[in-house]
Amino acid sequence: MDVRTVNDIIDKYEGKKTALISILHDIQDRFHYLPEKSLKKVARRLEMDLPEIYGVATFYKAFSLTPRGKHAVTLCLGTACHVRQGPKILAEVRRVLGIEPGQTTPDRQFSLNAVNCLGVCAIGPVMALDGKFFGEMSPLKARRILGKFQKKGNGGRA
Amino acid sequence: MKKIRSAAELKQWKAQLLSGRKKSDKIIRVCGGRGCQAYGCQEVKKAFRQELRKQSFKTPPILKYTGCRGFCERGPLVTIQPGNIFYQRVNPEDVPLIVSETVKKGKIIDRLLFEDSKSGRKITTAQKIPFYRAQTRLLLSQNELVDPTRIEDYVAIGGYASLVKALFRMAPEEVVAEVKASGLRGRGGAGYPTGQKWENCRRAEGSPKYVICNCDEGDPGAFMDRSLLEGNPHSILEGMMIGAYAIGSNQGYIYVRQEYTLAYKNAEIAIRQARRAGLLGKNILGSGFDFDAETVRGGGAFVCGESTALIASIEGKVGEPRSKQIHTVVKGLWDKPTNLNNVETWANVPRIIQKGSRRFSAIGTEKSKGTKIFSLVGKIKNTGLVEVPMGITLKEIIYDIGGGPQGGKAIKAVQTGGPSGGCLPASLFHLPVDFDSLAQAGSIMGSGGMIVMDEETCLVDVAKYFTRFLQEESCGKCLPCREGLKRMGEILDGLTEGKGDPESLSLLEELGEVVTDASLCGLGKTAANPVLSALKYFRQEFEEHLQNKRCPAGVCLPLIRYAVSAETCTGCGACQKVCFAGAIAGEKKKVHQIQVALCTKCGACREVCPTQSIQVQSGGRS
Repeated sequence: MDVRTVNDIIDKYEGKKTALISILHDIQDRFHYLPEKSLKKVARRLEMDLPEIYGVATFYKAFSLTPRGKHAVTLCLGTACHVRQGPKILAEVRRVLGIEPGQTTPDRQFSLNAVNCLGVCAIGPVMALDGKFFGEMSPLKARRILGKFQKKGNGGRA
Repeated sequence: MKKIRSAAELKQWKAQLLSGRKKSDKIIRVCGGRGCQAYGCQEVKKAFRQELRKQSFKTPPILKYTGCRGFCERGPLVTIQPGNIFYQRVNPEDVPLIVSETVKKGKIIDRLLFEDSKSGRKITTAQKIPFYRAQTRLLLSQNELVDPTRIEDYVAIGGYASLVKALFRMAPEEVVAEVKASGLRGRGGAGYPTGQKWENCRRAEGSPKYVICNCDEGDPGAFMDRSLLEGNPHSILEGMMIGAYAIGSNQGYIYVRQEYTLAYKNAEIAIRQARRAGLLGKNILGSGFDFDAETVRGGGAFVCGESTALIASIEGKVGEPRSKQIHTVVKGLWDKPTNLNNVETWANVPRIIQKGSRRFSAIGTEKSKGTKIFSLVGKIKNTGLVEVPMGITLKEIIYDIGGGPQGGKAIKAVQTGGPSGGCLPASLFHLPVDFDSLAQAGSIMGSGGMIVMDEETCLVDVAKYFTRFLQEESCGKCLPCREGLKRMGEILDGLTEGKGDPESLSLLEELGEVVTDASLCGLGKTAANPVLSALKYFRQEFEEHLQNKRCPAGVCLPLIRYAVSAETCTGCGACQKVCFAGAIAGEKKKVHQIQVALCTKCGACREVCPTQSIQVQSGGRS
């Protein structure tokens, strides 16, 4: 972790306490998680207690305290996706990747996330891979897309 | 872009933009909404750009992205002017033909048109498609006219003219009075009269005052606000500016749900462009009114859709709600008077100012005025965003606009109002949709989620889904909500696993009442609604789970099993190929069998079976 980056981020928000969530977002955008060192830095610079920052970092689901994988697999479990068999797709993705939501594969290639709603309900069930959305998923389609992605590996498009 | 310093300059700018446009009457509009992006609209637009270069034109046609059109399910959507030709499910491979035939010669390509499933007729323009025809698209219709990343597009369709009218021809009190007279009520779900809220905030002592746009849109299954902010961000900004002028505020915040990356981006672009044009900042258009806005990214917490929790989140704190004995219009953001409205509420404001409160209130019912946008999704043929006059019946929305059920199955219920709402049975589809009627029936209109459920949706499972959702999202401050929901979830788990005890249902009702009565904020107060409404209208389904260990919809995994129908199975082996568990036995061309002990019930076999021979069974001995 580059301390300078964290300093720059805090500077951008003029070291304001009220910008804490934005600062954490920016750190996470940069490192894909919130490294412990960065949180200590934030605490010092904003003159806040570390537990207070942990409180915010753990309250909001957007933040992760553990390193994330190279690729983000996001499963939508909103109501529209739920009634169109979203949970079955999640079960399939869990099986294919061998991890639970919130976890990362041991080779750090994939992280799995289950979210409340991606807001593209009309084409549910929806799965997103590194921000690219796939609509009208089925367990089998999800298996095929992940399979292709795993094969192509680094940054290949499904 | 030069700074616009007066109302006259804005008018001039608009005139310039319109005269510049006349160079070509051919316009290709590609929907750039999130849904169409999932289907590859970016590739389609790229293909158009390449093709337009390849095929020569005297005056090159205009190619642009637009905001979300709402009919996401048929994406990518493309319209061609002149003729207003509406193409759906467009692939990049279709583009050369579209350019050579439709754009050049005005010829229509039949296979890209929408086909009405009832009449089998091909329909050329969007206006004639039943999905659009039965709507009143006052807000959403602007989405298709503007590229959300271009302030010029918004100005060209008359954008910011309402702001001019408010700033130069109306006193702040008059703006408040106009909004009050319109009868506009908060679109976030609670339905509080907007004008009244503005007046309360205007009268509140203290400064500075703030305005907030709530685009947290936490209800799963709803995306009206995303579509509006993402598709026409300047209209939201204009609404906020008018509101700020009326209230006496100079600073606004747009709080955007973390998952809505494109809406956030487009809102940021809009703010930057408005600043550059002088429409945000000091002395706007020379009126003496100062206003600026900022975007704030949410952190992925449902409770932050609640106003006090959202405010805590903007302040950089944990998003816990507080008691509303002193309302946020008096003591809100940083303890200053704050007026918070939902995206759709703000979106209505410019139109009310422009066309007058009477035009607005001519639509709707006595107590619910104007149009409302719904996210019509789930087990229904036409899914997407629909904007309808308040007071329209559920039946009209579901059957006339939505086209009825998918695949000939029977529609059983519709869930409205998100996790605070409830499930209404088909027997109540004659009810008008407005703030009050659905509440009387045990649900709410809410922010506009409308999830249709058919015979293959299990209402016990849906009740469990919402209870678990709310348990997860409860901030934990109040015990009844924190613990009550957990216990309700456990009871529902038991039911869906065939382990319910005879008192389950009465206990659910009792717990539901306690959670409703003893929680502090809206989340807890309404958290039992999905369960209580499901119990009210679908008790039989709960009883089946409890007494017969049977899931009639075939959803609850512990209660179902997959089996092959011996009558129709041709022994093609397709199911065997996809079964990773190796649970399907049988020789080629002979009837296959599923070995229950190995089957994980993933459903892959059912998906591939060409003769629909895989059945889901429930009840009896498994």
